[in-house]
Amino acid sequence: MNIINFTPIPAFVGGMLIGLAVIIFLVGNGRIAGISGIVDNLFFSKNNRLDNILFIVGVILGPIIYQNVTKSIIPFTITTSIPVVILGGIFVGMGTKIGSGCTSGHGICGISRFSIRSIVATLVFLTTGTLTVLVMRII
Amino acid sequence: MRKLVSLISGIIFGLGLTISSMTNPEKVLDFLNIFDDWDPSLIFVMLGAILISSPVFYLQKEKTKPLFGEKFYITPLKEVDKSIVIGASLFGVGWGLVGLCPGPAIASLSLINMNSIIFVISMVGSYGLLQIFSN
Repeated sequence: MNIINFTPIPAFVGGMLIGLAVIIFLVGNGRIAGISGIVDNLFFSKNNRLDNILFIVGVILGPIIYQNVTKSIIPFTITTSIPVVILGGIFVGMGTKIGSGCTSGHGICGISRFSIRSIVATLVFLTTGTLTVLVMRII
Repeated sequence: MRKLVSLISGIIFGLGLTISSMTNPEKVLDFLNIFDDWDPSLIFVMLGAILISSPVFYLQKEKTKPLFGEKFYITPLKEVDKSIVIGASLFGVGWGLVGLCPGPAIASLSLINMNSIIFVISMVGSYGLLQIFSN
């Protein structure tokens, strides 16, 4: 194992901002900032629809604001072929709906609540994610 | 006020993802590449977020209502079951294939990149399919 491109400070600062967003959504509106659930409900539930739309619009505006304020380009490198991108989207969609959460819902909100279910979910998706990358590097 | 809170939370969430570079699939795949060239940054994103939000989740237990709403939309803590293990396993595979999870996928729509648009359509399509089958 070699450590590469390690950026602990921006990662930690960005993480704290995500934590702040989680707090504001919780204390203000009583909601959990789990992105998979919000996207799912935005399309397939009438409850809190406008709140879900505005939250998602905000998530999309975030990078645009960053780009305009810092005058920098946000790096986005994806080397996966289109069929694999589709397959990945299907797996992420199916998995986060069946497992009721993703990196934000389980990995951040759930762990912050000391939910055993979310801790297990996080360990499971970190494991299968790591194994998938390992397999993809071999084949 | 609820609407403003939703929008502002979303913007800060999107800024956090951008500053931490979690919007870049390459960086996320490097994090999952533990056995080779490893970028541990994502751990610090989770630590930063959990450090800030866990005390508030703890204090929230004492409250019955949020500032701008009638109730907390929080499900009670549940037992570990089959669906959580199956769901999280599938999610991890998709995450490892592309390097995108739902938050960064949505945030990267702002970059108008074909791959992230296709990814989000596939993801939302799956939500729709499961919604039909669960009814």
